[in-house]
Amino acid sequence: MSIFQQSKPVGDPLLNPQKTHARRREATLVRRLAVRLPLLASAAVLLFFVLAAIAPNLLAPFDPLAINPAQAFSAPGAGHLLGTDESGRDIYSRIIHGARPSLLIGAAATAIGLGLALVLGTIAGFGGRWLDFGVARILEVLFALPGLLLALVFIALAGPGVATTVIAVGLTSAPGYARIIRAQIIALRTSPMVEAATVLGRSRSRILTAHILPNALAPITVLATLGLGQAILWAAALSFLGLGAPPPAPEWGTMLSAGRTYLSLAWWMTFFPGLAIVLVAAASTVLSRSLKSGGGQ
Amino acid sequence: MSAAEPILRVTDLNVSFGGRSVVQGVSVTVNPGECLALVGESGSGKSVTARSLIGLAGSGSLVRAETLEVAGHDARNLSQRRWRTVRGRQVGFILQDALTSLDPLRTVGKEIDDALRVHSKGSGAERAARVIELLEAVGLDDPVRRAAQRSGELSGGMRQRALIASAIALDPVLIIADEPTTALDATIAASVMELLGGLRQSGSGMLLISHDLAAVATVADSIAVMQGGRIVERGPREQIFEDPQHPYTRALLAAVPAGKPRFTRLSPTAQATAATSSHSQPGEAAAPNGLPGAVVRPLLRARGLAKTFPLGKSADLTAVRNVDFELLPGRTLGVVGESGSGKTTTARMALGLLAPSAGTVEFLGEPWSSVPESARRPRRALLGAIYQDPLSSFDPRLSTGAMLADALSGGATRNPRAHVGEITELLAQVGLDAGLAARNPGTLSGGQRQRLAIARALAPKPRVLICDEPVSALDVSIQAQVLDLLDDLQRQLGLGYLFISHDLAVIRHMSDEVLVMRAGEVVESGATEQLFTAPQHEYTRTLLAAAPTLLGR
Repeated sequence: MSIFQQSKPVGDPLLNPQKTHARRREATLVRRLAVRLPLLASAAVLLFFVLAAIAPNLLAPFDPLAINPAQAFSAPGAGHLLGTDESGRDIYSRIIHGARPSLLIGAAATAIGLGLALVLGTIAGFGGRWLDFGVARILEVLFALPGLLLALVFIALAGPGVATTVIAVGLTSAPGYARIIRAQIIALRTSPMVEAATVLGRSRSRILTAHILPNALAPITVLATLGLGQAILWAAALSFLGLGAPPPAPEWGTMLSAGRTYLSLAWWMTFFPGLAIVLVAAASTVLSRSLKSGGGQ
Repeated sequence: MSAAEPILRVTDLNVSFGGRSVVQGVSVTVNPGECLALVGESGSGKSVTARSLIGLAGSGSLVRAETLEVAGHDARNLSQRRWRTVRGRQVGFILQDALTSLDPLRTVGKEIDDALRVHSKGSGAERAARVIELLEAVGLDDPVRRAAQRSGELSGGMRQRALIASAIALDPVLIIADEPTTALDATIAASVMELLGGLRQSGSGMLLISHDLAAVATVADSIAVMQGGRIVERGPREQIFEDPQHPYTRALLAAVPAGKPRFTRLSPTAQATAATSSHSQPGEAAAPNGLPGAVVRPLLRARGLAKTFPLGKSADLTAVRNVDFELLPGRTLGVVGESGSGKTTTARMALGLLAPSAGTVEFLGEPWSSVPESARRPRRALLGAIYQDPLSSFDPRLSTGAMLADALSGGATRNPRAHVGEITELLAQVGLDAGLAARNPGTLSGGQRQRLAIARALAPKPRVLICDEPVSALDVSIQAQVLDLLDDLQRQLGLGYLFISHDLAVIRHMSDEVLVMRAGEVVESGATEQLFTAPQHEYTRTLLAAAPTLLGR
């Protein structure tokens, strides 16, 4: 078989990699770790803040509201890990205690947005031509206004506070979700799958609840984790403007706002709450992205 | 290269992907003016073989051969650069799916012109003239207009012709066609095959790849049958058809429904389902009308059925007009016609999914199409349906078992454990392993998916099944098994089938009575054998002439 041994792989050598198995395995291991590193880091960050939200006393060494004027404006260091504010309150402890309201506001706002979107999307997708027309126009108007402006209008009407912040942020995120749900429902409504269910004698409501909604919501759950970071960001922005949680409360946006006055004197008062917001928003975005691309490999 | 030299000479071709061997020791030779057909089912390695011959086996592939000469070049040593001059100029490649092979944003003329331009043949005006000449050569009407159209504006057959035009633009000495007619209607497929046969007469060699022996019967000079990456039998066409040696070749020939009377088994008995054991003899089961003496009431009856779709202000689209039929228990009513003939619209009206514009459908002697869905729902269990693409009719979130539990319980539960016995029984009835209940339908093969769809349709114990192109997407050998299964179930359960297909051979094999549809109208109807042996209508004759048959049968 001398001729056979002369034979070569046909075509582009790049298309016919002849790496040894060991080398290939090593390469894939490194690549896999590189792919997973941001994912693992994000999971760790979120776990930390969720733990902080559930049991802040476990992680925080000080009372977030305890005033100690003697210690005011301490720089980050041994006694106070991330420094103290103008009343000598420990920034680290305040960030830990602030996790609960901040995360809750984000989660509640996303839930409200999703709930509203589900109602609007289902009405539009399932309600017939005129309802669809009406809802679509409402969504377009909501889309035309910048999200934050919409939230501000709502707060101006309903008055500031945590509850109104949550509703305002939920309201602004609803149109995006609603549009996707509507499109999903319309596509599913005429799908062979629904036709098959009709042929099997399923009722309209049964088809809606058992086949259409679960399949329409699958892509939305991924999107909602992406929206969670966004909602936390918006809630913090509204608090920063003084429209959310009132000042003494350890809410991240409120802390940012309070620190702003002393920015030249004590940078840590704004930097660390801001970092917490960025970390949570970024981590939830990375996680949802990997969910979207199929559960991170 | 002298004319006597073979255009394609391959000996001992081996292709593997990541250590998994998919083609083993394949040797083929194609001489000028000769057509070799490579036939086998999906996964037999025939397409990989073809792609390897033009250096496109794909990423991760390892191709080895003792000899691999394509149009006088030793293909084993060709650089990518040299390959590009060989492909297109000396080897033309025609794929099954012309829609995805042509750029949707460019005109057909531009697409063909590209081939000429890349290989620098002539000035712009010369090339434009050549494009028109080519489109004319492949039998497109009004080639000047066609050249200015995009692939989306052409029908499937026209697209395939345009693709052939681009493949033969540079007068290649070798043409490789991979399932060129599989996606086409019978009459169109026949004319495309004829076109391919004509190309061979100009001295080109041709390698034709298909899963269907009948499809290549008219064109191939010799045939090589592939199974599991090897050529198991080869020989001149007549020899393969008349004296097949290998059991796999015999199975493939037996799978072709053309010319096989009703109730003849198409698949080997070993593959027949568990259902076959309890059968009566074919002849006796074929006795029409089941019940002796009694007047048999039709299961499904359509009277003057019509459907018109409004298309804006002026013209309405009449999809179906004035269709009458009766479906009796234990019988099959075949509906045959090309795409757009109104077959599926008729089926949807029969299923009560589409309200007819005129006429009525009665189911079990009671109004069906004229009553609201809520009045149909209690009787829905008695009328099932299976479709061309079973997977899209399954909820992607449900496992096989959950789906059957849902169907068995009338939607009350999706817990497979609530109906373990019935699920196992159903799966066995359609010839599937009970272990598949835990799997997601997406992981099943095409044939298994269709069996599963049949199992789901059977779950509520229907009297009628409406089968809309149930085997069109399947390989001939798998098609044979599914058709046999439907046959078995009909005899066991006395089901009535409304069987829709564009494939005359399938219709003839399955039906007791046939409706031939064209442009929304029934042009001819009658008992199957009578209609096929003595067609009255011109169109039926055209269809019959176009249908592929096995030579000498």
